[in-house]
Amino acid sequence: MRNKLLPVCLLVATSVFGQVPVAVDTTSNAKMDALFGRDTTLHTPKDEKMNLDAAYNRPFLRTGKLPISIGGYVEANTQYANTDGVSEGLSFQMPRMTIFMAATINRRIKFLTEIEFEDGTKEINIEFASVDFQFNSLLNLRTGIVMNPIGSFNQNHDGPKWEFVDRPLSSTRIIPSTFSNVGFGLYGKKYTRNWVFAYEGYLTNGFDNSIIANTQNRTFLPAAKVNPNRFEESFNGVPLVTLKAAVKRRKFGEIGLSWMGGVYNKFRDDGLVLDQRRRVDVWAVDFNTVLPGSRTYLNGEFVWARVDVPSTYSQQFGRRQQGGWLDVVQPVLRGRMLGWNTATLNVAARLERVDYNVGTFNETNENIYDEIWSVVPAISFRPSPTTVIRANYRYQWDTDILGNPPARTATFQVGFSTYF
Amino acid sequence: MGPTAPREDELLDGPVAGLTPAQSARHLAGDIAFNDEIFTPETGLGPVFVANSCGSCHPGDGKGHPFTTLIRFGHTDSLGQNEFDHGFQIQNRAIPGYEPEQLPEGTPFAKFTPPSNSGLGYLELVSDEDILGMAAANAKNPDGVRGHPNWNLLPGYVTPRPNSRRQGDRYITRFGKKGSVYNLFHQTVVAYNQDMGITSTFDPSDVYTLKSIDPEVSDRKVRDVVFYLQTLKAPIQRNPDDPAVLRGQQLFVQTGCESCHKQTLKTGYSPVAALANTEFHPYTDLLLHNMGPGLDDGYTEGSAGGAEWRTPPLWGLGLAQNSQGGQVYLMHDGRARSIREAIRMHGGEAASIQKRFEEMPAASQADVIAFLKSL
Ligand code: HEC
Ligand code: HEC
Repeated sequence: MRNKLLPVCLLVATSVFGQVPVAVDTTSNAKMDALFGRDTTLHTPKDEKMNLDAAYNRPFLRTGKLPISIGGYVEANTQYANTDGVSEGLSFQMPRMTIFMAATINRRIKFLTEIEFEDGTKEINIEFASVDFQFNSLLNLRTGIVMNPIGSFNQNHDGPKWEFVDRPLSSTRIIPSTFSNVGFGLYGKKYTRNWVFAYEGYLTNGFDNSIIANTQNRTFLPAAKVNPNRFEESFNGVPLVTLKAAVKRRKFGEIGLSWMGGVYNKFRDDGLVLDQRRRVDVWAVDFNTVLPGSRTYLNGEFVWARVDVPSTYSQQFGRRQQGGWLDVVQPVLRGRMLGWNTATLNVAARLERVDYNVGTFNETNENIYDEIWSVVPAISFRPSPTTVIRANYRYQWDTDILGNPPARTATFQVGFSTYF
Repeated sequence: MGPTAPREDELLDGPVAGLTPAQSARHLAGDIAFNDEIFTPETGLGPVFVANSCGSCHPGDGKGHPFTTLIRFGHTDSLGQNEFDHGFQIQNRAIPGYEPEQLPEGTPFAKFTPPSNSGLGYLELVSDEDILGMAAANAKNPDGVRGHPNWNLLPGYVTPRPNSRRQGDRYITRFGKKGSVYNLFHQTVVAYNQDMGITSTFDPSDVYTLKSIDPEVSDRKVRDVVFYLQTLKAPIQRNPDDPAVLRGQQLFVQTGCESCHKQTLKTGYSPVAALANTEFHPYTDLLLHNMGPGLDDGYTEGSAGGAEWRTPPLWGLGLAQNSQGGQVYLMHDGRARSIREAIRMHGGEAASIQKRFEEMPAASQADVIAFLKSL
């Protein structure tokens, strides 16, 4: 355990004497600038903002002299899906409404919480509730319910930031976004003229047996999200470690590497040995950039997971998973539109894939499938940077574990998402 | 802009025509239990098992894949007793923390790949009389085809149909590759218990401890699944008017394949209108045939000897690769990787007919295969 923390400590130690933030860049890209025209608790200049900052990098409202800022976002959409010629008809959805509240307890002690209502009130989750102590820009302590910084989406998931109605598949089915746990950790940033470096490291409660014993009939890390006890106690007494390092080249883009790993099973109970310790490890690479000239915004994340599934258990539950998504967003019109002064019209596309079970069958040596491909062309209109109205057409191929002809689904989705 | 539905004749799942709304609702409830209910350790899976849902082994109600193969072992003696305590089927998977069963060394065993489930409601309604009639008609078959039903003991929870034929305390059983199962209810109870380690009030014995435990599936759900199986439609032939298919069908009959793979059977009374008193085309006689030493695994079941297998229905055969992952795995354990190979493996009672097929011109053989693929 201790040696896993070493890299974090080193990073902290080697960069304690960092520089102070510089120039503020106001060029906006196709991605909205969540800070636009609003007050935030953290005044991070735009080209220093990274996925790490997403939790605070939101529009907040301040009322009077109260030390509390409040904000939130809501999204709603309607969709019509057709799977292999069969449709359940038109449906209206309000997948989530999230409220966040931040308080500056002291100039360098802050509190932020994010509460999400999913599908009406079917699920109410505290996604984030932590106190941050800032020692200097390189060294901050965060404790409470934290968002495990694996990949970029888990940290930077607010609906209004995306041109797509659905959350990316690999970020919700391999990485269990939005995955938050009780724990603590350190984070910080170091600035140079052209670069910004960031690190994060947390110890939290983590996964449980359900990731290989669930009704999805596949290895499914998000199954652990259903366990409400993870906020109360660790399933097995072994903390989940999450580490992320990211670097940003100013005016160019950001790349992040992250790892999350721990023991998922209950290997002992009441002093009795039930099984050997079994690990789950997830690695992710995320990146985003704006192409100069065309101002095309590229954003992507790739993830690999490895789970120690007992060899005598069903091959239905994969030992390795991988997936990823790539979003391309091209602004085509910006400026005054339909009476809005800072409107943008974008065309966009997402290509995504999930392979739930990487490997071959013992019996036949043939590939194990259980995978998804999908493409999502989209049009989005942003009357202002904090609001998006979007129309998506999703075409998806779901192939079963055996590799039989895939189920094909076409979905039309129209919806909006806005900060409030 | 969206995907179009696959043609009805490309699918094996789906109900028989003309179900009443109440029957449709039961079919749907059974469909969900069969295809969508995934058992976990929490809901009773195992502790030892082979797979965790009916649908994992019978994808789309079609033939299954070797990764969900069942292994059965042992000889039953003349009293129907197995020489091993732990039942006749290996549960070769276990939930975490448990050890799966191992095949006892030196025991004869057979592997079974999952068959298609479509049209079974029709087969359940063939009368014992018709089955015995087909066996009797073979007495003088010039090609050496014989065949007999499996006479087997029934578990206590199975109530025989009123006019079932008996031999002592044994009844004619017809489901499964050795034809050792009486009806779809019997099959379903056994599947829950032996394939998934799910106990029911009908068979409350835990596969691991062999002791009775609380039921892990409700009576009602078992009955719904049975109704679902009973009301799955019969596979629909594709391109029945294609000239090659028609020529192949004729050759199939002339060659003598039809002596076992009977084209037409008939049902008796059923409360489901579509199933009642009708003819259907399954290409089986529901009888056991000695298929020769090549297919003798030495494993016996009921009155089926090691080399004896129940003629499998050939309907739906052409759709096998849509449920077996783009490949085909035919014969009881999937050892035949093509229809051609499956035919070549016929021995025993089918030997002379198989020889006749081999001696046919290649074009005629291709026609027979085209016919089989249309089923
Ligand atoms: C582990 C894989 C597996 C599971 C799980 C499984 N089956 Fe099967 N099933 C098989 C195999 C293999 C056979 C052939 C067995 C035999 O020949 O005796 C079979 C045979 C059958 C048959 C008889 C078909 C025929 O043509 O005679 C029916 C009906 C059936 N299964 C229904 C079910 C139901 C209902 C469930 C769930 C309650 C289920 N199965 C679960 C593998 C499975
Ligand atoms: C004596 C009876 C008999 C005759 C005659 C016979 N079959 Fe079969 N057939 C069987 C049996 C029994 C099996 C299953 C054997 C096994 O599972 O190992 C079978 C299996 C098959 C299969 C594989 C089905 C599957 O689902 O795996 C095909 C195809 C087939 N037969 C075609 C033919 C053709 C074509 C002919 C004529 C040339 C023929 N059979 C003649 C009894 C017969």
